[in-house]
Order: sequence, then structure tokens, then C-alpha cells
Amino acid sequence: MTLTEIWSTYLWPLIIMVAQSLLLMVTLLIIIAYLLLADRKIWAAVQIRRGPNVVGPFGLLQSFADLIKFVVKEPIIPDGANKGVFLLAPLITTVLALAAWAVIPVNAGWVIANLNVGILYVFAISSLGVYGIIMAGWASNSKYPFLAALRSAAQMVSYEVSIGFVIITVLLCVGSLNLTAVVEAQNGPYGMFSWYWLPLFPMFVIFIISAMAETNRPPFDLVEAESELVAGFMVEYSASPYMLFMLGEYVAITTMCALATILFLGGWLSPIPFAPFTWVPGIVWFLLKVFFIFFIFAMAKAMVPRYRYDQLMRIGWKFFLPLSLAMVVIVAAVLQFGGLGPR
Amino acid sequence: MIAPLFFYIFASLCIASAFMVIASKNAVHSVLFLILAFVNASGLFVLLGAEFVAMILVVVYVGAVAVLFLFVVMMLDVDFTELREGFLQYLPIGAVVGCILLAELLLVVGAWTIAPTMPQSITTPIPTDVSNTMALGLVLYTKYVYYFQLAGLVLLVAMIGAIVLTLQHRQSAKRQIASVQNARNKATAIEIKQVPSGQGIKEDIEEKVS
Repeated sequence: MTLTEIWSTYLWPLIIMVAQSLLLMVTLLIIIAYLLLADRKIWAAVQIRRGPNVVGPFGLLQSFADLIKFVVKEPIIPDGANKGVFLLAPLITTVLALAAWAVIPVNAGWVIANLNVGILYVFAISSLGVYGIIMAGWASNSKYPFLAALRSAAQMVSYEVSIGFVIITVLLCVGSLNLTAVVEAQNGPYGMFSWYWLPLFPMFVIFIISAMAETNRPPFDLVEAESELVAGFMVEYSASPYMLFMLGEYVAITTMCALATILFLGGWLSPIPFAPFTWVPGIVWFLLKVFFIFFIFAMAKAMVPRYRYDQLMRIGWKFFLPLSLAMVVIVAAVLQFGGLGPR
Repeated sequence: MIAPLFFYIFASLCIASAFMVIASKNAVHSVLFLILAFVNASGLFVLLGAEFVAMILVVVYVGAVAVLFLFVVMMLDVDFTELREGFLQYLPIGAVVGCILLAELLLVVGAWTIAPTMPQSITTPIPTDVSNTMALGLVLYTKYVYYFQLAGLVLLVAMIGAIVLTLQHRQSAKRQIASVQNARNKATAIEIKQVPSGQGIKEDIEEKVS
């Protein structure tokens, strides 16, 4: 094999792949920096405060200031901690959260890996997110993190079940596990009314709520319920490891927003299916929809009080699980006997 | 060239982590290595073209089963050095099991070399016109749907059995009935009394408590 062949078969695709991944990751992280700021601003606005407004104009550089602060601080590792696992936990959280973005299409054809089982991949990756928390809780060698980790792991495993069923109903309508195919199946003549949020509205609601519980967002942030568990599984973490946890959490939230956009809000499709609106690039619509879902998340954080642990488990197992299971049966029956199934 | 490279990476990591499962001193580390072995096995499945099985392996085993496993191991706080006291006395049994496994593996590999068509006859050819997931779905839900349902039923029985064995309704335990709690309103929950100043309120406290 000559050098040019090696270059054209291995090196050049590798360079392109790395460049694409870097571009996606950098864009994603910048967007998340502003989502974090938006989160704090919305929260502040609900409480009639100004929110962060010192660093940069309107506080626009606040997230970057926070980043620098976390990085230059001294990381403290407790003496009794299991050091390897202690440092591995935040890395696992962040890396897994970022890995899910490999299959998420942000526009027609704008995806790093167009997997046939894309949705299963996202589901698998998000189900692994629980390990970061359990490992952190255990490795800290302290009671508070351990209890918080156990609670949070139980919570995340519970809500994964209902998310799985919600995804199945959408897949039944689409007939494919490819995320691009999911978006294309929603491309209908009625614009935003051909998307799946309308026919599957109950599942949309269940998905949003389960996504909040899965990512430990308020009102389900029992992981770090300060009043009971100090700061949850992150008590012993400081500086960069702590920042990695925060980052992983926000990346996971953004992933869930993107997933809701793809499954129910038609991904990059224009909400109004005629001329001036279809000229807008798909990425703009995609981002707008992600921001919309994130706004719902932020408002829920600002307005809803934290759920008690038993209430949380009750909702998960006694409401969402039977409801989503019933919807799987109903949707399958309607598609099969109504002749609407994908073929 | 890329695929064999990844095969060797996944395979060697899988074997190394499987070895660490039994070699590591800390039980939690063992479980974490087990998880690493699972993930590498799913990587091997991806290389084989069985992407659906690979993802399901991660979702079910790594995402759910191993989490519960990790829970139990963390709570138990097993002292492994104590367990290893009489480690060598099990050597004969282990050796016998290992020899049987080795013989079986050799038989499989031997069949391969004796009859080169063996792999084709024991594995159904991968259909190229449909996707992996669809092919699995057709086999499971169309061709062998009754066997599949039967397998599900076996799992259901096992699950109900586990619940029956562990669930006990203690009469003494106070139970929370959410519907009753939610049905409470201002009228039923609080009672407003006009208390004349300087006299207090006449009420039997014991009656309230009981």
C-alpha cells in the first residue's frame, strides 16, 4: 500500500472525523455556556432579580468566568477516598454525556455518525450516566454522598423505563431507529401539526417530565437536595472535577432537549411549510426548538417545588409506567388496525 | 484493517477486564471491571454487525443489571481477603470445570477445522436487504412469536415469584394513601376557633392526641 493510499483511505477520513467532532463539541460547549446563563437569568427573572450581570455586557461572559475560576482552583481529594474511582467518576459523567451527541442530527445530513440504531445508542449512553453518580458517591467514602448516590441511581433507573416506552411509541410510528429517519417521518404537509407532539401529546408530556427526572433537574433534583443531603453526591468534589459534573449534567440536559426536539418537534423541519420559512437553515429551527424545550425546563426549575422522594418514585412507577405501557399498546393497535403503520 | 485493529483492542480489553474481575481485591472494583468487560463485549458485537444486540447489551446489562449488582456489592461491604482464606481447597473442582470448558471450546474450534462449512450451517446468514434490527424483529415477533411470548411469561412468573416471596404487608406499618392526602382541603384539614382572650380554649388534649 502506497503512502497516498494510506492517506486517502485512513488518514484523511480520520482528520475529517476529528475536525467534525471538534467543531460539534466546541459549538455545543459554547451553546451550553449560554444555556447555563439563560437558565440563571430565567430563574432570576421569575424571582424578580437581575441574575448574573457583572462579567461582560449583561453578564454574557459569566459562564466563562466561572470556568476559569473552577479550573484555577485547587482540587481537593479526600484522604479516605478511593482516588482512582473518585477522579474517574466526573470524567465518565462528562465523556458519556458528550458521546451521545455523536448520533444527534442537527440538520439534514449534519450528523457525525448516522447509526441505524441511533436512538438506542442515545438511550444506552444516557442509561450509563448513572455510573458517574454511583462511583462518585461510593468513592467519596462519606455518608452523605453515598446516600445521595443511591437515591439518585434508583431515580434515574426508574425514569429510564418510562423514557424507553415513550421512545418505543415514537419508533412504532416511524418504523426505524435512525434519528434522521425519525425527523423525516414527521415531514408532512401541515408543518408543525404533522409532528408527533400532536398525536402523541401524552407521551410528549411524559417524556419532558421523565427527562427532568433522568437528568436530575429540579423539581426532581433530589440528588443534590441541599436541605437533606448537603450537596448530594458532589459534596467532596471541588474545582475541575466538580465542574466536570456540572458540565456533564448540562450536556445531558441539552441532549434530552435535543432528543425531545427530534422525537416530537420535528428536528430541523420548519414549523410552517411554505416559502419564506423553509429558506431558513434547518440548524436555526433545531436550535430554536432546543431552546424552547430548555425554557420549559428552566421554568419548571423556577416554579415547581421539589418533590419528595416517595412522591417521585410513585409518579415514576405508578403513573408513568402504566400510562406509557398502555400508550404503547394503544399506538400499536391504532397503527396496525387503522392501517397507518409505516411500511 | 481498521476492523481487526478494533477487534484486538476490544478483545484484549475484554479479557483483561474479565481477569481483573476475579483478580482485584476490592469487590466494587470487580464490578466496575465487569462493566468494562460488558462494554467491550458490546463493542465486539458492533464489529460483528449485530448493532442491535450490542446496544441492548449495554442498555440491559450495563444500564440496569450491573447497577443493581453494584448497589448490592456496595452495601454488603464484603471482606474479600477473608473469603480467600480457603481459596486453594476449591482448586480441584475449579480445575475440572475449567478442563470441561476447555474441551468444549476445543470441540467447537475443532469442528471448524474438520468441517469448514460448519460456521455457515450453524449461523443463519445475515440478510443483506433488511437492517439488522428488522431482521431480528422478524425472527422474534413473526416467526417465533409464541416461543418469544413463552419466554416472556417465564420471566413474568419469576418476577411475580420474587415479589410474593419478599412482599409482606405488616399491619402495624402506617401506610400513605396518596388519594386521601390529595383529597384534603382547607375545610377538612383545619378548624378555626375563636379564642376569647384571657380564657384560653377548653379542649380535651388527650382526645386530640388519640
